[in-house]
Amino acid sequence: MSRVPENPEATTSIRDESDPQMRARLAELEKTWQSPRGFIGWFTHVNHTSIGKRFLITAMVFFLLSGLLALAMRLQLLSPLNDVLDAQTYNQVMTVHGTAMMFLFAIPAMEGIAIYLAPLMVGARDMAFPRLNAFGYYVYLIGGTVFFLSLPFGLAPDAGWFNYVPLSGPEHSAGYGIDVWTTMITFIEVSALTAAVELIVTILKLRVPGMSLNRMPIFVWAVLVMSFMILFAMPSVIVASSFLMMDRLVDTAFFDVTLGGSPLLWQHLFWFFGHPEVYIILVPALGIVTSIVITFTQRPLFGYTAVVLALVGVGMISFGLWVHHMYTTGLPLMGRSFFMAASTMIAIPSGVQIYCWIATIWGSRPRYASPMIWVLGFFAIFIAGGLTGVMVASVPFDRQVHDTYFVVAHFHYVLIGGAVFPLMAGLHYWFPKITGRMIGEQLGKWSCAVTFVGFNLTFFPMHQLGLEGMPRRVYTYLPDLGWGDLNLLATGGSFVMAAGFGMILVNIIVSLRSGEVAGDNPWNASTLEWATASPPLNCNFAEQVSVKTANPLWDWHEQNQRAMVSGLSTTQRETIVTTLLDALPQSVMILPGPTIWPFVSAVVASICFLGLIFSPWFFVVGVFGTFATFVMWFIPPRYTTDPNADLPEEAKS
Amino acid sequence: MSSNCESDKGPADNCITPHMTDKTTPHQTVVHGSRARAASARCDRDASRPLFWQPGVSCLRVLVLAFPLAGCEGMQSVMDPVSRDAYLMAQLGWWMFAAAIFVFIVTIGLLGVAIMIRHGDKKGVPSFRFSTGLVVAGGVLAPLTAIIAVVISGVLISDETEGDPGLAGPVIEVTGRQWWWEFRYLNDNGETVAVTANEMHLPVGRRARIKLISDDVIHSFWVPNMQGKTDLIPGQTNILYAEPAQAGRWRGQCAEFCGLQHALMGLLIVAEPTDAYDAWLDHQARPAVVTDHPGLDVFVEQNCSICHTVRGTRANGTRGPDLTHVASRATLAAATLPNTRGNMGGWITSTHSVKPGVAMPATAPPPDDLMALLDFLDALE
Repeated sequence: MSRVPENPEATTSIRDESDPQMRARLAELEKTWQSPRGFIGWFTHVNHTSIGKRFLITAMVFFLLSGLLALAMRLQLLSPLNDVLDAQTYNQVMTVHGTAMMFLFAIPAMEGIAIYLAPLMVGARDMAFPRLNAFGYYVYLIGGTVFFLSLPFGLAPDAGWFNYVPLSGPEHSAGYGIDVWTTMITFIEVSALTAAVELIVTILKLRVPGMSLNRMPIFVWAVLVMSFMILFAMPSVIVASSFLMMDRLVDTAFFDVTLGGSPLLWQHLFWFFGHPEVYIILVPALGIVTSIVITFTQRPLFGYTAVVLALVGVGMISFGLWVHHMYTTGLPLMGRSFFMAASTMIAIPSGVQIYCWIATIWGSRPRYASPMIWVLGFFAIFIAGGLTGVMVASVPFDRQVHDTYFVVAHFHYVLIGGAVFPLMAGLHYWFPKITGRMIGEQLGKWSCAVTFVGFNLTFFPMHQLGLEGMPRRVYTYLPDLGWGDLNLLATGGSFVMAAGFGMILVNIIVSLRSGEVAGDNPWNASTLEWATASPPLNCNFAEQVSVKTANPLWDWHEQNQRAMVSGLSTTQRETIVTTLLDALPQSVMILPGPTIWPFVSAVVASICFLGLIFSPWFFVVGVFGTFATFVMWFIPPRYTTDPNADLPEEAKS
Repeated sequence: MSSNCESDKGPADNCITPHMTDKTTPHQTVVHGSRARAASARCDRDASRPLFWQPGVSCLRVLVLAFPLAGCEGMQSVMDPVSRDAYLMAQLGWWMFAAAIFVFIVTIGLLGVAIMIRHGDKKGVPSFRFSTGLVVAGGVLAPLTAIIAVVISGVLISDETEGDPGLAGPVIEVTGRQWWWEFRYLNDNGETVAVTANEMHLPVGRRARIKLISDDVIHSFWVPNMQGKTDLIPGQTNILYAEPAQAGRWRGQCAEFCGLQHALMGLLIVAEPTDAYDAWLDHQARPAVVTDHPGLDVFVEQNCSICHTVRGTRANGTRGPDLTHVASRATLAAATLPNTRGNMGGWITSTHSVKPGVAMPATAPPPDDLMALLDFLDALE
């Protein structure tokens, strides 16, 4: 397959047309959707491509930082009774690594890629609430930065990423560490919620005409499922961390046994969020894999309906198995058996998806470009992680391996295999769309190979360490327990893996400067994000299109024509609204433009949350402060031009 | 693994290395009566060892990486079960592991075939029937079979390993503390008979009922060779049963993150024949063998008695471990150091360089007093 489509006309849009009138129209449209320049202007961006890119870059920075923390931990565990990190520092590093990887990297990275791609994939010009989008980003940026900075300032939490009470309660964790955790996590989850609301409305209402639910790209389905999961899961952790915040700040006693509270309440609330959380990360990753499988086999997905049902099924089941994190807490066997059955049930939708991919690939002679290589790496690691997942779902076996390195191995197989590998695959796949340049192909493949080898060297031995009795979250271990050799191997592997990620970073930087110019659709993919320029126009699509199947670009390729939506204004930000199921045109939505207020609101809200660490009175300050900024944010715009200017004369009255 | 234990050295001494600069060598332990018994018991375990699934043990080694065995590997291991409970769990693990390997090979193999093969029509698209068959067989039927097997085996084994046996074995109340274990042996009326710390003796072949409580944070009691872990949660009492099938000693460790020194919150299990166990318990239940000693005065003067009890003397603190028979224990600082005179001296004078953050303050009495104190503690058999 060549990179240049055989029939270039089929994928061009009006921006290339020679008609000067159209060119002027496009210029005007681009000016309308232009983001302000300059330093202050940077804080006013609301376009989803801009915000999505920021989410992705910020998440990658946190990924690298947390990865460095992981290396520090591996160095400490290199040999028994090592003294690279003392107990206190190790516990802080461990807590920040876990928390940051989950809350500051995995979820925001998935949100970022969804925010960037989902609107493009459904053919919309922007998301439904662009300013909320910007607000969510700044909340994440500020919350994440403050959380991470707690480490160099010695204020980092040290009770682990699931922060169990009573260890994290006022009695056993004095100091500000846990307060930083509770306030910043609560705060950052606000950002996840705004992204979820945003994505749900965008996907359900802003699809182009003709893109009925059963023609939506699988990735968009995955994002929709993820967003609904965020909507149901995040409130639980927000409630839990708020309870803990109040226990610590104003002496409520939600978790204090002596006053009738319950430590298990925390575990239920936390895992009711915490388990769906891993599927929140996994589900969009599965969507990425599906997109890549479709493109590199050049075939429609086999079993579209089955895969969609599987994604929805994973989303639903994931809310019914949180107790498998609590098998050892003394809950009755009958209850645990139910959760054991529910936990293993995840194997069915996962299996359906894997075999639908295999059926799609069957006999297609896929093209081995770097994204596909990362997907093959995903297959091996994710299947291995899924299988140990079935093992730990078993109550008696889990009572042995729970809280040991076996579980550490298992969840790194699932999370790195199931989320980081697909994310890297997606990065290689969409890099040309986001930057306009191809990512280095050779280095792309080599970095995958090195990461794959390093990953397995690091985490496979941990299965055996767990079975040999090594508990997780230990800052050191005694020499004669015989864990030294495997730990040494794991530490060596972790540096190989780090080298792999280093290669990716180099590849990105080199490709940004000197990568081959990509063109609109370098992979001959079938979904709408490839129907616009690379990088996308300010307005995403010069003309919004209308689609008839799930793979519109391939149809246009065959038919050499496409249906367009006409009549949208060029002087204000408009996008078409369609009906929920069938995507019939319904109305036109006018989207708000750039503004500084979401940024100001986020700053005021962060001051309130940060202040809460020191005094409950900041709650009051925050309420009034954010209210004032919201007023400014929501003041209706004064239209500089007649909003009806573009409409035909007869429609104006 | 068990071959490591054929040595005739002291009991746990060769398994727990001191990591303090020590005035004595690690093996310079004075072996007292009960310790000597335990020592022989431990190394008997090859002979009396039930025929648990030995091949499996070497199996994973070969599969993972053949590393030379060192020290007392297997003393804290899931793969070297010494009770029926742990045996069932290990066996379940091996069966699931074998099944997982099988599924992994089949799935990756099919993926490999999918990539290589060309069949069906000219575009290579397989028939709908074939693809559907693949998805239904691999994606639905195979996982469903696995689910049924995992759930049924899980329920049956849990029922057997966690169920109430209804027989009267010893009842032991375990309290998790940051970062050590208190063991209270209870009689039939629930009254405390003996209190000890970090070293639990169990009779072979009797099912001990272990009540798990905590009054600070959540800990988890885990002796992998013997039983799955169960948490100690403030405000509730969890029950665990332990029934060693052979004499010997095994190590356990706290498995739920419990703060700064979670890593060094170990414990020792000593399983011995019923008469040896009864004799041990009888001895532990008695007051200290030495109640009048110059070291006792140091013990009180240096405020040790504020936290530690030596039954039969005026030392009656309850925050720290009961030291009535401390000399009979094999380890110090929650199964972290061998209980030697040198380690004891080092521990008392510099607790925080051994386990930073422990509640016990470092105490430095004048040299003569320290010697007297160590003499006293050494005498507390």
